[in-house]
Amino acid sequence: MTSDILLSSLQIATPELILAIGALVLLMVGVFSGERSASTVTGLAVAVLAVSGLWLIFAPTQGEAFGGAFVLDPFGRFMKILALIGSLVSLIMSSVNSRADKLNQFEFPVLLVLATLGMMLLISANDLIALYLGLELMSLALYVVAAFNRDSVRSTEAGLKYFVLGALSSGMLLYGMSLVYGFTGNTGLANIAAVLSAETRSLGVVFGLVFILAGLAFKISAVPFHMWTPDVYEGAPTPVTAFFASGPKVAAMAVFVRVVTEAFMPVFADWQQVVVFISIASMLLGSFAAIGQKNIKRLMAYSSIGHMGYALVGLASGSQTGVSGVALYMLIYMVMTLGTFACIMSMRRDEGSLENIEDLAGLSSTNPFMAVVLTALMFSLAGIPPLAGFFAKYFVFVAAIEAKLYALAIIGVLSSVVGAYYYLRVVKLMWFDAPAGQFARTSGTLRLVFGISGLFVTAYVLFGGPIGTAATAAARTFF
Amino acid sequence: MTDWPILSAVTFLPLVGVVLLLFMQGDTAHGRRNVLNISLGVTVATFILSLFIWIGFDKANPGFQMVEKHNWLNTGISYHLGVDGISMLFVILTTFLMPFCVLASWEAVEKRIKEYMIAFLLLEVVMVGVFVSLDVVLFYVFFEATLIPMFVIIGVWGGKDRVYASYKFFLYTLLGSVLMMLAIMAMYWQAGTTDITELLKFGFPAGMQTWLWLACFAAFAVKMPMWPVHTWLPDAHVQAPTAGSVILAGVMLKLGGYGFIRFSLSMFPLASEHFAPFVFTLSVLAIIYTSLVAMMQEDIKKLIAYSSVAHMGYVTMGIFAANAQGLQGAIFQMLSHGIVSGALFLCVGVVYDRLHTREIAAYGGLVNNMPKYAVAFMIFTMANVGLPGTSGFIGEFLTIVGIFRVNTWVALFAATGVILSASYALWLYRRVIFGALEKDSLKGLLDLSSREKLILYPLVALTIFFGVYPAPVFDVTTASVDLLINNYSAALQAAQKLALAVH
Repeated sequence: MTSDILLSSLQIATPELILAIGALVLLMVGVFSGERSASTVTGLAVAVLAVSGLWLIFAPTQGEAFGGAFVLDPFGRFMKILALIGSLVSLIMSSVNSRADKLNQFEFPVLLVLATLGMMLLISANDLIALYLGLELMSLALYVVAAFNRDSVRSTEAGLKYFVLGALSSGMLLYGMSLVYGFTGNTGLANIAAVLSAETRSLGVVFGLVFILAGLAFKISAVPFHMWTPDVYEGAPTPVTAFFASGPKVAAMAVFVRVVTEAFMPVFADWQQVVVFISIASMLLGSFAAIGQKNIKRLMAYSSIGHMGYALVGLASGSQTGVSGVALYMLIYMVMTLGTFACIMSMRRDEGSLENIEDLAGLSSTNPFMAVVLTALMFSLAGIPPLAGFFAKYFVFVAAIEAKLYALAIIGVLSSVVGAYYYLRVVKLMWFDAPAGQFARTSGTLRLVFGISGLFVTAYVLFGGPIGTAATAAARTFF
Repeated sequence: MTDWPILSAVTFLPLVGVVLLLFMQGDTAHGRRNVLNISLGVTVATFILSLFIWIGFDKANPGFQMVEKHNWLNTGISYHLGVDGISMLFVILTTFLMPFCVLASWEAVEKRIKEYMIAFLLLEVVMVGVFVSLDVVLFYVFFEATLIPMFVIIGVWGGKDRVYASYKFFLYTLLGSVLMMLAIMAMYWQAGTTDITELLKFGFPAGMQTWLWLACFAAFAVKMPMWPVHTWLPDAHVQAPTAGSVILAGVMLKLGGYGFIRFSLSMFPLASEHFAPFVFTLSVLAIIYTSLVAMMQEDIKKLIAYSSVAHMGYVTMGIFAANAQGLQGAIFQMLSHGIVSGALFLCVGVVYDRLHTREIAAYGGLVNNMPKYAVAFMIFTMANVGLPGTSGFIGEFLTIVGIFRVNTWVALFAATGVILSASYALWLYRRVIFGALEKDSLKGLLDLSSREKLILYPLVALTIFFGVYPAPVFDVTTASVDLLINNYSAALQAAQKLALAVH
């Protein structure tokens, strides 16, 4: 590889380089300045993420790098910016109560930056090997942060469970990749597509495809690979849960979209039925299983399972409209989730943080601002217009109707009605019930996060145009 | 008149009130006064502004007027507003009823008056929005958005079983409307536009019309509500505060009827023709069955709620009779029912505020110490029955005439409903108002206060005015209704010709 090519590759991968070098430097800073450096390192980590994001937004370079293993395209840029925002916001939120959450160690921000690096590599992966590298870099960092509060049994259990199941899914993914490689002779996504469209597909490829889909479905927590989600969401410290629900979901969904549309479009019919199945299963399970939940973090876990199902509705249509719907869905979903978790983190009294849904009772009289925001977020998650969540659902279902997936669309909207029930329950507790006691003063940072999120879901109806245009431009990459 | 966006102004003017209210304190006596005054001022201003729509309305033009169109969300959906003869009066009805709702809540709502008024003003925005939208997605956004404020109104300020009622209301109507959302998407891919004016001309293929009609029917039949999906309504009405009931009965039920006219009948004429007998069956069942149910109610509000379902049966029947009389009658019936049932709920509110019970058995002999109230209640009861000379008569009569031209059996059954409605309404009136004043709790009741007179007397005047002289309404609706009926019959004839040519 001549130095010219290397240089141009590095240019394309600059945001990742910033993160990689940043993470190493932060580790040094942390090690040499000792235990007290947690807040400095957190601040620097925020700066590193922000610089990387700004570079991504303002630098015009794009194209393939490292011999085609890495690609930066409009879709990748859109999803990367999302993932960076998700990581950035959850990192900032984690600093609010880091002492009480036992997250005040400098390793935490470093791990978050490393996980983000993994997400970025994952989103840009244009080759099965690169995909696996990115995925593992992300996942290993996530296993550690899930168990970060090592004195808590629940947290360590969450980390361990996530690790064991994650390793299993990685195994399946690798097995699928090896099958695909064996039957097509390629690991590059574009090359696989070329081989698949040239010859009739063999059964081996289909097997490989199904294993790859299973491995990826685990990462986005789609049914039937969702079992880890409620336990990990509940067990992990709340800022970590917020982090899990934002960036990694976006990255995994992005790679899901990229793999099926770039490599496996010639066998569309084969993966479409798989995606339709996991989409329906996720929507139904997400709606019905959440009804009985008492812990709000578990509720959000099931809600996220359901929402991944809705996002997959767009993917199942396999069209540009569908992929743009998925991109938009992930954006809106991430904003809603971060806002909701900011509210959950504000559920705290002097004796510690609260996680029961019942603790929200009467919030509208004790903390009206938070109650209004959380109400908007809940209605938005339920997909009621004029809030942003409705438009997210609208665009994925439009794609499904275009692709004539009527059964999928009907099951989808009906399960969204079931889902509305448990979101309404949260609203009911806040507005209809008598107060169950006051929360401690909400920190300004969290207020800002859920305030912005609430503003986004309500104002999307007015200013959503450019966001939709960006999502459409991102989706055009593949078609 | 046409160069400034009057429809947007009317739709969003209440938002100004919302912003003002956000800066108020509702807890103190002084703040409460301010909140009430602002709400009243804003709703009255909106009503006055909306009268300019009526003044500027060109009665000879059957198409959409005062059209506003802007690009929205860059996705082919447009912010497109306009009114025609069918929708215009519903806008006026909505803005007209709002000040009464504010007045009815003057003393009745004790807690969180500020949030209450904000919810009502938001509700006004979205309800007016439904009637003026000329884009299906925009229509759907407004149509669904009504659920959020109404859910909160029933749930926070409602009666004992308010939680159950609010859930039932929300989930029932949501279930119906999500199917319509899919129909809207299918229409978009078929016709390539979400513009209602384009869709009205489009002419969907016959096979597709059936499915689209059924999906829209799910949404509007629940909203209307038609038998057998009406069960959310009595619960919602009984639990809702007085003003909530007025809006539910006065305006929200009309969203369903308006949807039937605008979508089902206009866009899917072949399916409407095909399903008309089905709708007639459900309508007749609604008229007779719910009238019988109403007769057996012990709760005044529940009785009026069931009578609303019965009256909406006339509306659906008139709409799908698909002739000028039926449709005119249906529109008139909806407007008249908006005023009359709203007024009846206000009447219930008057005694409920004094005694805090809605049990029929708790009342009796009110005529002795509340004569003015008895007169007002009697006029609304008569209008509800459909006595000639009140507005209720015109609508019922026209719908029955309309249906008579289509199917005499349906007309016969529907006409028996008039007798049934007379029996439950008069029986209610006798039990509440007449008889000896024996109960001690009733002896101290005062007659209408000046605020209550201000609420009820204008409605009395309107009920009688439109009963005697309905022309102002028909002047507005005739052109648009004729156009609709012509398009409808043209579509049916074209389909018949096609069928003949194929054979």
